[in-house]
Amino acid sequence: MKATESWRPSASLETLRARAGLLTGVREFFQRRGVMEVETPVCSRFGVTDPAIESFTTRYAGPAAPPGRTLYLHTSPEFPMKRLLAAGAGPIYQICKVFRGGELGAKHNPEFTLLEWYRPGFDHHRLMDEVAELVNSLMPHQLEVEKLTYAEVFRQALQLDPHTATLAELRRCAREVPIPGAAELELVQADAWLDLLLTHVIEPQLGRARMTFLYEYPASQAALARIIPSSPPLAERFELYLAGVEIANGFNELTDAQEQRNRFEQENSERSEQSLAQIDMDLHLLAALEAGLPACAGVALGIDRLLMQITQKACIEEVLSFGFERA
Amino acid sequence: MMAAAIGMFREDVMASYSTNEFKGGLKIMMDGDPCSIIENEFVKPGKGQAFNRVKIRNLMTGRVLEKTFKSGESVEGADVHETEMQYLYTDGEFWYFMDPETFEQVSADAKALGDAVKWLKEQDVCTLTLWNGSPIIVEPPKFVVLNVTDTDPGLKGDTSGSGGKPATLETGAVVRVPLFVQIGEAIKVDTRSAEYVSRAKED
Repeated sequence: MKATESWRPSASLETLRARAGLLTGVREFFQRRGVMEVETPVCSRFGVTDPAIESFTTRYAGPAAPPGRTLYLHTSPEFPMKRLLAAGAGPIYQICKVFRGGELGAKHNPEFTLLEWYRPGFDHHRLMDEVAELVNSLMPHQLEVEKLTYAEVFRQALQLDPHTATLAELRRCAREVPIPGAAELELVQADAWLDLLLTHVIEPQLGRARMTFLYEYPASQAALARIIPSSPPLAERFELYLAGVEIANGFNELTDAQEQRNRFEQENSERSEQSLAQIDMDLHLLAALEAGLPACAGVALGIDRLLMQITQKACIEEVLSFGFERA
Repeated sequence: MMAAAIGMFREDVMASYSTNEFKGGLKIMMDGDPCSIIENEFVKPGKGQAFNRVKIRNLMTGRVLEKTFKSGESVEGADVHETEMQYLYTDGEFWYFMDPETFEQVSADAKALGDAVKWLKEQDVCTLTLWNGSPIIVEPPKFVVLNVTDTDPGLKGDTSGSGGKPATLETGAVVRVPLFVQIGEAIKVDTRSAEYVSRAKED
Protein backbone atom coordinates (compact mmCIF):
# COMPACT_ATOMS: atom_id res chain seq x y z
CA MET A 1 0.00 0.00 0.00
CA LYS A 2 1.35 3.42 -0.93
CA ALA A 3 1.74 6.03 1.81
CA THR A 4 -0.49 8.33 -0.23
CA GLU A 5 -3.26 5.80 0.48
CA SER A 6 -2.23 4.24 3.79
CA TRP A 7 -2.19 7.49 5.77
CA ARG A 8 -5.98 7.30 5.77
CA PRO A 9 -7.87 5.57 8.62
CA SER A 10 -8.93 1.98 8.02
CA ALA A 11 -12.23 2.68 9.84
CA SER A 12 -14.87 5.13 8.66
CA LEU A 13 -15.43 8.20 10.82
CA GLU A 14 -18.95 6.89 11.48
CA THR A 15 -17.45 3.69 12.93
CA LEU A 16 -15.00 5.72 15.03
CA ARG A 17 -17.98 7.62 16.45
CA ALA A 18 -19.60 4.26 17.26
CA ARG A 19 -16.34 3.25 19.02
CA ALA A 20 -16.38 6.41 21.12
CA GLY A 21 -20.04 5.74 21.97
CA LEU A 22 -19.24 2.15 22.94
CA LEU A 23 -16.45 3.22 25.31
CA THR A 24 -18.73 5.82 26.89
CA GLY A 25 -21.44 3.18 27.29
CA VAL A 26 -19.04 0.79 29.02
CA ARG A 27 -17.83 3.48 31.44
CA GLU A 28 -21.40 4.52 32.28
CA PHE A 29 -22.39 0.89 32.89
CA PHE A 30 -19.61 0.38 35.43
CA GLN A 31 -20.06 3.78 37.03
CA ARG A 32 -23.73 2.93 37.72
CA ARG A 33 -22.58 -0.31 39.36
CA GLY A 34 -19.82 1.17 41.47
CA VAL A 35 -16.98 -0.60 39.65
CA MET A 36 -13.79 1.47 39.69
CA GLU A 37 -11.76 2.17 36.56
CA VAL A 38 -8.04 1.40 36.96
CA GLU A 39 -4.86 1.55 34.90
CA THR A 40 -1.96 -0.88 35.23
CA PRO A 41 1.48 -0.98 33.52
CA VAL A 42 1.70 -1.97 29.85
CA CYS A 43 5.37 -2.96 30.26
CA SER A 44 6.33 -5.51 32.88
CA ARG A 45 9.46 -7.43 33.82
CA PHE A 46 7.32 -10.60 33.99
CA GLY A 47 5.43 -12.19 31.13
CA VAL A 48 2.76 -14.74 30.33
CA THR A 49 3.83 -18.40 30.26
CA ASP A 50 0.84 -19.66 28.19
CA PRO A 51 2.50 -21.37 25.17
CA ALA A 52 -0.36 -20.26 22.89
CA ILE A 53 0.33 -16.57 23.60
CA GLU A 54 3.36 -14.76 22.23
CA SER A 55 4.47 -11.60 24.06
CA PHE A 56 6.15 -8.62 22.49
CA THR A 57 9.23 -7.47 24.34
CA THR A 58 10.92 -4.11 24.49
CA ARG A 59 14.01 -2.77 26.26
CA TYR A 60 14.48 -0.10 28.83
CA ALA A 61 17.89 1.37 29.72
CA GLY A 62 18.38 4.30 32.06
CA PRO A 63 18.07 5.12 35.73
CA ALA A 64 17.50 1.94 37.79
CA ALA A 65 18.59 -0.27 34.88
CA PRO A 66 21.92 1.01 33.51
CA PRO A 67 22.75 -2.13 31.46
CA GLY A 68 19.17 -2.26 30.17
CA ARG A 69 16.28 -4.54 31.02
CA THR A 70 13.91 -6.58 28.85
CA LEU A 71 10.25 -5.77 29.43
CA TYR A 72 7.19 -7.68 28.26
CA LEU A 73 4.27 -5.77 26.77
CA HIS A 74 1.15 -7.09 28.49
CA THR A 75 -1.09 -9.53 26.62
CA SER A 76 -3.85 -8.82 29.15
CA PRO A 77 -3.87 -6.70 32.33
CA GLU A 78 -4.85 -9.74 34.42
CA PHE A 79 -1.86 -10.08 36.75
CA PRO A 80 -1.57 -6.47 38.00
CA MET A 81 -5.37 -6.24 38.31
CA LYS A 82 -5.32 -9.28 40.59
CA ARG A 83 -2.63 -7.58 42.64
CA LEU A 84 -5.00 -4.63 43.05
CA LEU A 85 -7.75 -7.04 44.14
CA ALA A 86 -5.39 -8.63 46.69
CA ALA A 87 -4.62 -5.12 47.95
CA GLY A 88 -8.36 -4.63 48.63
CA ALA A 89 -9.38 -2.55 45.58
CA GLY A 90 -12.86 -4.09 45.37
CA PRO A 91 -14.62 -4.42 41.98
CA ILE A 92 -12.44 -2.93 39.21
CA TYR A 93 -12.37 -2.61 35.45
CA GLN A 94 -9.86 -1.50 32.85
CA ILE A 95 -9.99 -0.60 29.16
CA CYS A 96 -6.55 -0.90 27.59
CA LYS A 97 -4.53 -1.81 24.53
CA VAL A 98 -2.92 -5.26 24.79
CA PHE A 99 -0.31 -6.84 22.50
CA ARG A 100 0.07 -10.32 21.06
CA GLY A 101 2.70 -11.48 18.57
CA GLY A 102 1.88 -13.66 15.58
CA GLU A 103 -1.82 -12.78 15.44
CA LEU A 104 -3.11 -10.99 12.35
CA GLY A 105 -6.21 -11.67 10.31
CA ALA A 106 -9.82 -10.63 9.78
CA LYS A 107 -10.48 -11.08 13.52
CA HIS A 108 -6.97 -10.45 14.89
CA ASN A 109 -4.73 -7.41 15.16
CA PRO A 110 -1.42 -7.59 17.06
CA GLU A 111 -2.55 -4.73 19.31
CA PHE A 112 -6.17 -4.62 20.31
CA THR A 113 -8.44 -3.19 22.98
CA LEU A 114 -9.51 -5.32 25.94
CA LEU A 115 -12.11 -4.52 28.54
CA GLU A 116 -11.25 -6.54 31.61
CA TRP A 117 -13.15 -6.56 34.88
CA TYR A 118 -13.16 -8.37 38.21
CA ARG A 119 -15.97 -8.97 40.66
CA PRO A 120 -15.03 -10.05 44.19
CA GLY A 121 -17.78 -12.30 45.57
CA PHE A 122 -19.12 -13.29 42.12
CA ASP A 123 -18.78 -16.77 40.69
CA HIS A 124 -18.50 -17.29 36.92
CA HIS A 125 -22.26 -17.79 36.50
CA ARG A 126 -23.08 -14.46 38.12
CA LEU A 127 -20.38 -12.82 36.02
CA MET A 128 -21.81 -14.36 32.81
CA ASP A 129 -25.11 -12.68 33.73
CA GLU A 130 -23.33 -9.34 34.11
CA VAL A 131 -21.50 -9.79 30.79
CA ALA A 132 -24.89 -10.40 29.14
CA GLU A 133 -26.35 -7.27 30.78
CA LEU A 134 -23.40 -5.17 29.62
CA VAL A 135 -23.52 -6.49 26.05
CA ASN A 136 -27.29 -6.01 25.85
CA SER A 137 -26.88 -2.43 27.09
CA LEU A 138 -24.48 -1.80 24.17
CA MET A 139 -26.04 -3.76 21.28
CA PRO A 140 -28.58 -2.07 19.04
CA HIS A 141 -31.01 -4.98 19.67
CA GLN A 142 -31.58 -7.08 22.77
CA LEU A 143 -30.25 -10.61 22.42
CA GLU A 144 -31.50 -13.75 24.09
CA VAL A 145 -28.95 -15.46 26.29
CA GLU A 146 -28.04 -19.12 25.99
CA LYS A 147 -25.62 -21.07 28.21
CA LEU A 148 -24.19 -24.36 26.97
CA THR A 149 -21.47 -26.53 28.41
CA TYR A 150 -18.37 -27.38 26.38
CA ALA A 151 -19.42 -31.03 26.54
CA GLU A 152 -22.95 -30.28 25.32
CA VAL A 153 -21.83 -28.52 22.14
CA PHE A 154 -19.36 -31.28 21.25
CA ARG A 155 -22.00 -33.93 21.83
CA GLN A 156 -24.60 -32.09 19.77
CA ALA A 157 -22.36 -31.16 16.85
CA LEU A 158 -20.03 -34.15 16.73
CA GLN A 159 -21.40 -36.92 19.00
CA LEU A 160 -18.11 -36.72 20.85
CA ASP A 161 -17.25 -36.45 24.54
CA PRO A 162 -14.48 -33.80 24.65
CA HIS A 163 -13.44 -34.78 28.16
CA THR A 164 -12.72 -38.45 27.43
CA ALA A 165 -12.01 -38.67 23.67
CA THR A 166 -8.57 -40.03 22.82
CA LEU A 167 -6.16 -38.44 20.32
CA ALA A 168 -7.07 -41.12 17.77
CA GLU A 169 -10.81 -40.49 18.20
CA LEU A 170 -10.35 -36.73 17.85
CA ARG A 171 -8.24 -37.16 14.70
CA ARG A 172 -10.79 -39.54 13.18
CA CYS A 173 -13.61 -37.13 14.03
CA ALA A 174 -11.78 -34.23 12.31
CA ARG A 175 -11.22 -36.39 9.21
CA GLU A 176 -14.82 -37.54 9.09
CA VAL A 177 -16.38 -34.06 9.46
CA PRO A 178 -14.43 -33.53 7.16
CA ILE A 179 -11.97 -30.76 7.94
CA PRO A 180 -9.83 -30.58 4.76
CA GLY A 181 -6.20 -31.25 5.61
CA ALA A 182 -7.00 -32.91 8.96
CA ALA A 183 -5.36 -36.15 7.81
CA GLU A 184 -1.98 -34.44 7.43
CA LEU A 185 -2.16 -32.23 10.53
CA GLU A 186 0.39 -33.00 13.19
CA LEU A 187 -1.18 -32.03 16.47
CA VAL A 188 0.25 -33.83 19.46
CA GLN A 189 -2.15 -32.59 22.12
CA ALA A 190 -5.83 -33.47 22.51
CA ASP A 191 -6.49 -29.78 23.23
CA ALA A 192 -5.15 -28.76 19.81
CA TRP A 193 -7.60 -31.20 18.15
CA LEU A 194 -10.39 -29.83 20.32
CA ASP A 195 -9.38 -26.29 19.23
CA LEU A 196 -9.49 -27.45 15.59
CA LEU A 197 -12.97 -28.94 15.95
CA LEU A 198 -14.23 -26.00 18.00
CA THR A 199 -12.99 -23.30 15.61
CA HIS A 200 -13.89 -25.10 12.36
CA VAL A 201 -17.14 -26.87 13.18
CA ILE A 202 -18.73 -25.59 16.38
CA GLU A 203 -17.94 -21.88 16.67
CA PRO A 204 -19.65 -20.85 13.42
CA GLN A 205 -22.94 -22.14 14.92
CA LEU A 206 -22.60 -20.31 18.25
CA GLY A 207 -24.25 -16.99 19.05
CA ARG A 208 -26.51 -16.93 15.99
CA ALA A 209 -29.01 -14.10 16.67
CA ARG A 210 -28.34 -14.63 20.37
CA MET A 211 -25.56 -14.57 22.94
CA THR A 212 -24.06 -17.99 23.56
CA PHE A 213 -21.94 -18.68 26.62
CA LEU A 214 -19.82 -21.82 26.61
CA TYR A 215 -18.73 -22.99 30.05
CA GLU A 216 -17.21 -25.95 31.94
CA TYR A 217 -14.03 -26.30 29.91
CA PRO A 218 -11.69 -29.29 30.10
CA ALA A 219 -9.32 -28.93 33.05
CA SER A 220 -6.41 -28.93 30.58
CA GLN A 221 -7.78 -25.65 29.20
CA ALA A 222 -8.35 -24.02 32.57
CA ALA A 223 -5.75 -21.26 32.05
CA LEU A 224 -6.31 -19.24 35.25
CA ALA A 225 -9.68 -20.68 36.21
CA ARG A 226 -10.48 -22.80 39.24
CA ILE A 227 -10.86 -26.51 38.58
CA ILE A 228 -13.71 -28.47 40.15
CA PRO A 229 -12.25 -31.85 41.14
CA SER A 230 -15.22 -33.73 39.63
CA SER A 231 -14.97 -36.67 37.28
CA PRO A 232 -13.96 -35.52 34.75
CA PRO A 233 -12.40 -32.42 36.36
CA LEU A 234 -13.94 -29.23 34.93
CA ALA A 235 -12.54 -25.73 34.65
CA GLU A 236 -14.79 -22.90 35.81
CA ARG A 237 -14.07 -20.98 32.65
CA PHE A 238 -16.49 -19.45 30.13
CA GLU A 239 -16.45 -17.82 26.73
CA LEU A 240 -19.01 -15.58 25.05
CA TYR A 241 -19.82 -15.96 21.34
CA LEU A 242 -21.69 -13.53 19.09
CA ALA A 243 -22.41 -14.51 15.48
CA GLY A 244 -19.79 -17.26 15.56
CA VAL A 245 -17.06 -15.00 16.96
CA GLU A 246 -15.32 -15.36 20.33
CA ILE A 247 -15.94 -12.12 22.22
CA ALA A 248 -15.03 -12.72 25.86
CA ASN A 249 -13.22 -15.18 28.11
CA GLY A 250 -13.84 -15.38 31.85
CA PHE A 251 -12.91 -17.39 34.90
CA ASN A 252 -13.96 -18.14 38.39
CA GLU A 253 -10.45 -17.10 39.34
CA LEU A 254 -7.82 -19.40 40.71
CA THR A 255 -6.73 -18.00 44.09
CA ASP A 256 -4.37 -20.78 45.24
CA ALA A 257 -0.75 -19.56 45.01
CA GLN A 258 0.80 -23.03 44.91
CA GLU A 259 -1.56 -24.23 42.19
CA GLN A 260 -0.82 -21.05 40.20
CA ARG A 261 2.94 -21.67 40.51
CA ASN A 262 2.45 -25.27 39.32
CA ARG A 263 0.55 -24.07 36.27
CA PHE A 264 3.24 -21.50 35.39
CA GLU A 265 5.89 -24.24 35.66
CA GLN A 266 3.78 -26.67 33.64
CA GLU A 267 3.34 -24.07 30.89
CA ASN A 268 7.04 -23.31 30.82
CA SER A 269 7.81 -27.01 30.43
CA GLU A 270 5.32 -27.17 27.53
CA ARG A 271 7.22 -24.19 26.11
CA SER A 272 10.48 -26.18 26.23
CA GLU A 273 8.83 -29.14 24.48
CA GLN A 274 7.66 -26.79 21.72
CA SER A 275 11.08 -25.08 21.56
CA LEU A 276 9.57 -21.78 22.71
CA ALA A 277 11.40 -19.29 24.91
CA GLN A 278 11.02 -19.62 28.67
CA ILE A 279 9.10 -16.76 30.25
CA ASP A 280 9.83 -15.35 33.69
CA MET A 281 6.77 -16.20 35.76
CA ASP A 282 5.12 -13.29 37.52
CA LEU A 283 6.49 -13.39 41.07
CA HIS A 284 4.44 -10.33 42.01
CA LEU A 285 1.25 -12.21 41.17
CA LEU A 286 2.35 -15.27 43.15
CA ALA A 287 3.17 -13.06 46.16
CA ALA A 288 -0.23 -11.37 45.87
CA LEU A 289 -1.97 -14.78 45.82
CA GLU A 290 0.06 -15.75 48.90
CA ALA A 291 -1.11 -12.56 50.60
CA GLY A 292 -4.69 -13.47 49.66
CA LEU A 293 -6.75 -12.87 46.54
CA PRO A 294 -10.44 -12.58 47.45
CA ALA A 295 -12.70 -15.16 45.80
CA CYS A 296 -13.70 -13.47 42.56
CA ALA A 297 -14.64 -13.90 38.93
CA GLY A 298 -13.03 -11.95 36.10
CA VAL A 299 -13.50 -11.59 32.37
CA ALA A 300 -11.72 -10.08 29.37
CA LEU A 301 -13.86 -8.81 26.50
CA GLY A 302 -12.58 -7.80 23.07
CA ILE A 303 -13.86 -4.29 22.43
CA ASP A 304 -12.89 -4.34 18.74
CA ARG A 305 -14.79 -7.57 18.09
CA LEU A 306 -17.83 -6.30 19.99
CA LEU A 307 -17.71 -3.15 17.87
CA MET A 308 -17.52 -5.35 14.74
CA GLN A 309 -20.81 -6.93 15.86
CA ILE A 310 -22.46 -3.60 16.67
CA THR A 311 -21.43 -1.99 13.38
CA GLN A 312 -21.74 -5.20 11.30
CA LYS A 313 -18.14 -5.18 10.05
CA ALA A 314 -16.46 -8.37 8.86
CA CYS A 315 -12.85 -7.25 9.29
CA ILE A 316 -11.21 -5.93 12.46
CA GLU A 317 -9.30 -3.18 10.64
CA GLU A 318 -12.66 -1.66 9.71
CA VAL A 319 -13.22 -0.81 13.38
CA LEU A 320 -9.63 0.33 14.13
CA SER A 321 -8.55 3.90 13.36
CA PHE A 322 -5.44 2.39 11.79
CA GLY A 323 -5.14 -1.37 11.29
CA PHE A 324 -1.77 -3.12 11.44
CA GLU A 325 -0.76 -2.37 7.84
CA ARG A 326 -1.41 1.34 8.38
CA ALA A 327 0.11 1.60 11.86
CA MET B 1 2.43 -35.29 -19.23
CA MET B 2 4.17 -34.27 -22.45
CA ALA B 3 3.88 -30.54 -21.93
CA ALA B 4 5.70 -30.76 -18.64
CA ALA B 5 8.65 -32.65 -20.09
CA ILE B 6 10.77 -29.55 -20.66
CA GLY B 7 10.50 -28.70 -16.99
CA MET B 8 11.55 -32.10 -15.70
CA PHE B 9 15.20 -31.36 -16.27
CA ARG B 10 15.25 -28.13 -14.35
CA GLU B 11 17.21 -28.36 -11.16
CA ASP B 12 15.75 -25.33 -9.39
CA VAL B 13 14.95 -26.04 -5.78
CA MET B 14 11.81 -24.14 -4.88
CA ALA B 15 11.59 -22.21 -1.67
CA SER B 16 9.19 -23.39 0.96
CA TYR B 17 6.77 -20.98 2.53
CA SER B 18 5.67 -20.76 6.15
CA THR B 19 2.00 -20.06 6.85
CA ASN B 20 3.10 -16.54 7.84
CA GLU B 21 3.93 -15.92 4.16
CA PHE B 22 0.51 -17.08 2.94
CA LYS B 23 -1.44 -14.54 0.93
CA GLY B 24 -3.66 -14.38 -2.12
CA GLY B 25 -1.72 -15.30 -5.26
CA LEU B 26 1.07 -17.30 -3.56
CA LYS B 27 1.87 -20.46 -5.56
CA ILE B 28 2.36 -23.65 -3.56
CA MET B 29 2.52 -27.39 -4.26
CA MET B 30 -0.39 -29.46 -2.97
CA ASP B 31 -0.78 -33.20 -3.57
CA GLY B 32 1.69 -32.96 -6.45
CA ASP B 33 -0.10 -30.15 -8.28
CA PRO B 34 0.76 -26.45 -8.44
CA CYS B 35 -1.89 -24.38 -6.67
CA SER B 36 -2.60 -20.72 -6.10
CA ILE B 37 -3.82 -19.40 -2.76
CA ILE B 38 -7.11 -17.52 -3.17
CA GLU B 39 -7.89 -16.70 0.46
CA ASN B 40 -6.03 -17.16 3.73
CA GLU B 41 -7.87 -16.95 7.05
CA PHE B 42 -6.03 -16.86 10.37
CA VAL B 43 -8.03 -18.82 12.97
CA LYS B 44 -7.05 -18.87 16.63
CA PRO B 45 -8.96 -19.25 19.85
CA GLY B 46 -7.92 -16.67 22.47
CA LYS B 47 -6.22 -19.41 24.41
CA GLY B 48 -5.25 -22.18 22.03
CA GLN B 49 -3.81 -23.53 18.82
CA ALA B 50 -3.57 -21.23 15.77
CA PHE B 51 -4.51 -22.43 12.29
CA ASN B 52 -4.46 -21.09 8.74
CA ARG B 53 -7.55 -21.99 6.82
CA VAL B 54 -6.91 -21.46 3.13
CA LYS B 55 -8.86 -21.60 -0.11
CA ILE B 56 -6.66 -22.83 -2.94
CA ARG B 57 -7.13 -23.17 -6.68
CA ASN B 58 -5.52 -26.23 -8.21
CA LEU B 59 -3.97 -24.75 -11.36
CA MET B 60 -4.02 -28.10 -13.20
CA THR B 61 -7.72 -28.82 -12.69
CA GLY B 62 -9.07 -25.34 -11.91
CA ARG B 63 -10.82 -26.83 -8.88
CA VAL B 64 -11.08 -24.79 -5.70
CA LEU B 65 -10.44 -26.62 -2.46
CA GLU B 66 -10.05 -25.76 1.20
CA LYS B 67 -7.30 -26.84 3.51
CA THR B 68 -6.33 -26.19 7.12
CA PHE B 69 -2.71 -25.88 8.23
CA LYS B 70 -1.25 -25.57 11.69
CA SER B 71 0.17 -22.04 11.89
CA GLY B 72 3.93 -22.08 11.54
CA GLU B 73 4.01 -25.15 9.24
CA SER B 74 5.82 -24.86 5.91
CA VAL B 75 4.74 -25.96 2.45
CA GLU B 76 6.71 -26.35 -0.76
CA GLY B 77 6.47 -23.45 -3.19
CA ALA B 78 5.52 -24.02 -6.84
CA ASP B 79 7.65 -22.60 -9.67
CA VAL B 80 4.75 -20.89 -11.38
CA HIS B 81 4.79 -17.60 -13.22
CA GLU B 82 2.80 -15.78 -15.85
CA THR B 83 4.29 -14.51 -19.07
CA GLU B 84 3.09 -12.92 -22.31
CA MET B 85 3.74 -15.00 -25.42
CA GLN B 86 2.81 -14.80 -29.05
CA TYR B 87 0.72 -17.60 -30.54
CA LEU B 88 2.43 -19.11 -33.58
CA TYR B 89 0.56 -22.14 -34.90
CA THR B 90 -0.89 -25.54 -34.04
CA ASP B 91 -0.07 -28.97 -35.43
CA GLY B 92 -3.39 -30.25 -34.15
CA GLU B 93 -1.88 -31.83 -31.06
CA PHE B 94 0.08 -28.94 -29.60
CA TRP B 95 -0.19 -25.18 -29.79
CA TYR B 96 3.12 -23.33 -30.13
CA PHE B 97 3.92 -19.99 -28.50
CA MET B 98 6.98 -17.77 -28.62
CA ASP B 99 8.49 -15.34 -26.15
CA PRO B 100 8.70 -12.15 -28.27
CA GLU B 101 11.95 -11.10 -26.59
CA THR B 102 13.96 -14.30 -26.32
CA PHE B 103 12.27 -16.13 -29.20
CA GLU B 104 12.10 -19.17 -26.91
CA GLN B 105 9.21 -21.44 -27.88
CA VAL B 106 6.92 -23.57 -25.76
CA SER B 107 4.12 -25.95 -26.68
CA ALA B 108 0.83 -26.26 -24.83
CA ASP B 109 -1.58 -29.18 -24.95
CA ALA B 110 -5.36 -29.03 -25.31
CA LYS B 111 -5.83 -29.27 -21.53
CA ALA B 112 -3.74 -26.13 -20.94
CA LEU B 113 -5.60 -24.36 -23.73
CA GLY B 114 -9.10 -25.17 -22.51
CA ASP B 115 -11.62 -22.63 -23.80
CA ALA B 116 -8.86 -20.32 -25.05
CA VAL B 117 -8.62 -22.46 -28.17
CA LYS B 118 -11.69 -20.89 -29.73
CA TRP B 119 -10.17 -17.37 -29.63
CA LEU B 120 -6.61 -18.12 -30.76
CA LYS B 121 -5.45 -16.28 -33.82
CA GLU B 122 -1.88 -16.40 -35.07
CA GLN B 123 0.31 -13.50 -33.89
CA ASP B 124 -2.01 -12.65 -30.99
CA VAL B 125 -0.32 -12.20 -27.61
CA CYS B 126 -1.65 -14.51 -24.88
CA THR B 127 -0.93 -14.78 -21.16
CA LEU B 128 0.63 -18.16 -20.35
CA THR B 129 0.97 -19.61 -16.86
CA LEU B 130 4.14 -21.69 -16.80
CA TRP B 131 4.87 -24.38 -14.23
CA ASN B 132 8.51 -25.48 -14.25
CA GLY B 133 8.73 -23.76 -17.62
CA SER B 134 5.78 -25.53 -19.27
CA PRO B 135 2.41 -23.96 -20.01
CA ILE B 136 -0.47 -25.13 -17.82
CA ILE B 137 -2.92 -22.30 -18.50
CA VAL B 138 -3.35 -20.23 -21.64
CA GLU B 139 -5.42 -17.07 -21.48
CA PRO B 140 -6.38 -15.37 -24.74
CA PRO B 141 -6.15 -11.56 -25.09
CA LYS B 142 -9.13 -9.83 -23.41
CA PHE B 143 -10.21 -8.56 -26.82
CA VAL B 144 -9.70 -10.27 -30.17
CA VAL B 145 -10.50 -9.20 -33.70
CA LEU B 146 -11.85 -12.07 -35.81
CA ASN B 147 -13.50 -12.43 -39.21
CA VAL B 148 -17.09 -13.59 -39.53
CA THR B 149 -17.11 -16.73 -41.67
CA ASP B 150 -20.79 -17.50 -41.44
CA THR B 151 -23.98 -15.75 -40.37
CA ASP B 152 -27.56 -15.36 -41.62
CA PRO B 153 -27.54 -12.48 -44.16
CA GLY B 154 -30.63 -11.28 -42.29
CA LEU B 155 -32.60 -8.20 -43.17
CA LYS B 156 -30.45 -5.38 -44.37
CA GLY B 157 -31.79 -2.10 -43.14
CA ASP B 158 -33.13 -3.48 -39.89
CA THR B 159 -30.82 -1.65 -37.52
CA SER B 160 -32.93 -1.88 -34.39
CA GLY B 161 -30.64 -4.78 -33.57
CA SER B 162 -32.91 -6.04 -30.84
CA GLY B 163 -32.36 -9.76 -30.99
CA GLY B 164 -29.13 -10.20 -32.88
CA LYS B 165 -28.11 -13.45 -34.54
CA PRO B 166 -25.41 -16.08 -34.18
CA ALA B 167 -22.21 -15.63 -36.16
CA THR B 168 -19.44 -18.16 -36.69
CA LEU B 169 -15.93 -16.69 -36.54
CA GLU B 170 -12.73 -17.81 -38.28
CA THR B 171 -11.59 -19.70 -35.20
CA GLY B 172 -14.85 -21.63 -34.94
CA ALA B 173 -16.24 -19.59 -32.02
CA VAL B 174 -19.90 -18.64 -32.23
CA VAL B 175 -21.06 -15.28 -30.81
CA ARG B 176 -24.24 -13.28 -31.01
CA VAL B 177 -23.87 -10.23 -33.26
CA PRO B 178 -26.22 -7.41 -34.33
CA LEU B 179 -28.23 -8.06 -37.46
CA PHE B 180 -26.17 -5.66 -39.60
CA VAL B 181 -22.97 -7.71 -39.27
CA GLN B 182 -22.20 -9.59 -42.46
CA ILE B 183 -20.00 -12.45 -43.58
CA GLY B 184 -16.42 -11.30 -44.23
CA GLU B 185 -16.52 -8.45 -41.71
CA ALA B 186 -14.03 -8.29 -38.84
CA ILE B 187 -15.51 -7.84 -35.37
CA LYS B 188 -14.08 -7.18 -31.92
CA VAL B 189 -15.06 -9.71 -29.21
CA ASP B 190 -14.59 -9.66 -25.43
CA THR B 191 -13.17 -13.15 -24.73
CA ARG B 192 -14.09 -13.06 -21.01
CA SER B 193 -17.82 -12.83 -21.72
CA ALA B 194 -17.73 -14.15 -25.32
CA GLU B 195 -19.69 -11.05 -26.33
CA TYR B 196 -19.58 -8.90 -29.45
CA VAL B 197 -18.12 -5.44 -28.75
CA SER B 198 -18.07 -3.63 -32.09
CA ARG B 199 -17.18 -3.84 -35.74
CA ALA B 200 -13.40 -3.73 -36.06
CA LYS B 201 -12.02 -0.55 -37.58
CA GLU B 202 -10.95 -0.92 -41.19
CA ASP B 203 -7.19 -0.60 -41.44
